[in-house]
Amino acid sequence: MKNLFRKFIAVLAMLGVVGLNAVPLAAFAQDKPGAEMKAEAKPAPAKEEAKPAPVPNKGDVAWMLTSTALVLAMSVPALALFYGGLVRSKNMLSMLMQVFVTFSLVVVLWCIYGYSLAFTEGNAYFGGFDRLFLNGTFDATKGEFAMAATFSKNTPLYELVFVAFQATFAAITCCLILGAVAERIKFSAVLIFMVLWFTFSYAPIAHMVWFWMGPDAYTDPKVVEAMNAKAGLIWQWGALDFAGGTVVHINAGVAGLVGAYLVGKRIGYGKEAMSPHSLTMTMLGASLLWFGWFGFNAGSALEANGSAALAFMNTFLATACAVLAWTFGEWLFKGKPSMLGAASGAVAGLVAITPAAGNVGICGAFVIGIAAGLVCLWAVNQLKRWLGADDALDVFGIHAVGGTLGALLTGVFNSQSLGGPGLVTDWVTGKVGSNPIWDQFLVQAQGVGMTIIWTGVVAIVAFKIADLIVGLRPAEEEEREGLDIAEHGETAYHM
Amino acid sequence: MKLVTAIIKPFKLDEVREALSAVGVTGITVTEVKGFGRQKGHTELYRGAEYVVDFLPKVKIEAAIKSEILEQVIEAIEKAANTGKIGDGKVFVFDLEQAIRIRTGETGADAL
Repeated sequence: MKNLFRKFIAVLAMLGVVGLNAVPLAAFAQDKPGAEMKAEAKPAPAKEEAKPAPVPNKGDVAWMLTSTALVLAMSVPALALFYGGLVRSKNMLSMLMQVFVTFSLVVVLWCIYGYSLAFTEGNAYFGGFDRLFLNGTFDATKGEFAMAATFSKNTPLYELVFVAFQATFAAITCCLILGAVAERIKFSAVLIFMVLWFTFSYAPIAHMVWFWMGPDAYTDPKVVEAMNAKAGLIWQWGALDFAGGTVVHINAGVAGLVGAYLVGKRIGYGKEAMSPHSLTMTMLGASLLWFGWFGFNAGSALEANGSAALAFMNTFLATACAVLAWTFGEWLFKGKPSMLGAASGAVAGLVAITPAAGNVGICGAFVIGIAAGLVCLWAVNQLKRWLGADDALDVFGIHAVGGTLGALLTGVFNSQSLGGPGLVTDWVTGKVGSNPIWDQFLVQAQGVGMTIIWTGVVAIVAFKIADLIVGLRPAEEEEREGLDIAEHGETAYHM
Repeated sequence: MKLVTAIIKPFKLDEVREALSAVGVTGITVTEVKGFGRQKGHTELYRGAEYVVDFLPKVKIEAAIKSEILEQVIEAIEKAANTGKIGDGKVFVFDLEQAIRIRTGETGADAL
């Protein structure tokens, strides 16, 4: 008893030390904005001073930090549970491990060079190396933070917030691929593939689709052309991708299909039953994905504003529509409405609304959601049979197909004539208008096509290299025993 | 002594247990098992994949009893486990050579 009490006191003391240390830090943190405010409050001297540089809006910062944490939860645990429930119990831990470690690996690579490759000035395909190790995002000697652009003029965001937010995107995209090669790929091959694919497909596609100079760079009609030329290729074409239909879902979905072909079918595929071992976990994972996706889509507005609100509502509505569409579609065509169907419908809807989130109106969300449920239901049945690959957890059927559907329909429902918000046609004045639907549709299709080819080629090469170095598959005996024991030396369930 | 083994539908377990107690059975062992018989399995559909499940879950009951109550025991199980539908299960009877109560060392019918 006495001993316990002593321990308790020791813990209290430690907490006290930590707390005391935190006080000066907090005071320091509070000092800075205060000092800035004082400077602003000084009576203006006779001559006109230059306007103070805009500071990030605290609401935006708070929302973006929250969104970042929400997107993290989409990978671990949401995607890991969603996938984990779908594999056989002997491969449960391997699924969880692959997602957990891939996520961590990509976050580290992101901070070392990935962010720089994706989001700094370079050419139309790759960024540069200005931000290696996040160099320049925070100046410790001056205590100054670098700023990143949002979609509004004079509304910067701390670049570190943007780095963190985008890190979660890069990481979940890589994790998505794992579902296609589940239950039969070596852990070491996964890691090698991920380093290569992340570097040569994720980073450049993110650069091509999302990198631009930001609204504040468009100061004058004369600089428009020069600024446009510095942006990524697909951005220059004018393709819209709010939160990653191309960058995340088509990118990962196609790489997954390539993996399913190159890694080959699971032993016993088509002969033995490979039923999901826990649809309860899959339902839990799908629900958590939906929850986290609000950060993914609404966070992609980069501000806490109307665009975020629209993206939020669309993420809500399209997903619900897709759940109903898949459920009733399955009931009608397959006889029974299944739990797995409802969960799959939710993910299909989320995927399809991703590129559209802040780019379409409510009408668009209805149509995209219902279409996603039905088209992806068809894709995991008929299309899957035609493709003939063992895409174990339907990464292609849901992510590539749903992502393509969403990306194309974004071009349709962006138009103000169909209730969409339209797009900024002139970044100098911020004027909003609509492109002709067919034109925008074609631009979207061009972006989709480019992404499919790019990721397809990179994935082939990356899997081949991993195969050469360590081999893609474990021995037959190990695969039969299950990857949990063979690769990780553990068992998920002891019952 | 006899050893009676019965394979029954899982949801009938409680009724069978009560019926056995009523005819003087003092202990049973229960195991969850899977198997197939005349009752057909079912198909499960996971997205595009359809699997036939032929092994159905059943409960196996084992009871060591005095030979005198064998007829009553069989009747009790038959009545309690019967639904009239295919898949109600079966009863098997074996001769039991010896029984020992570990705590006291009693043997034969005294050990039951």
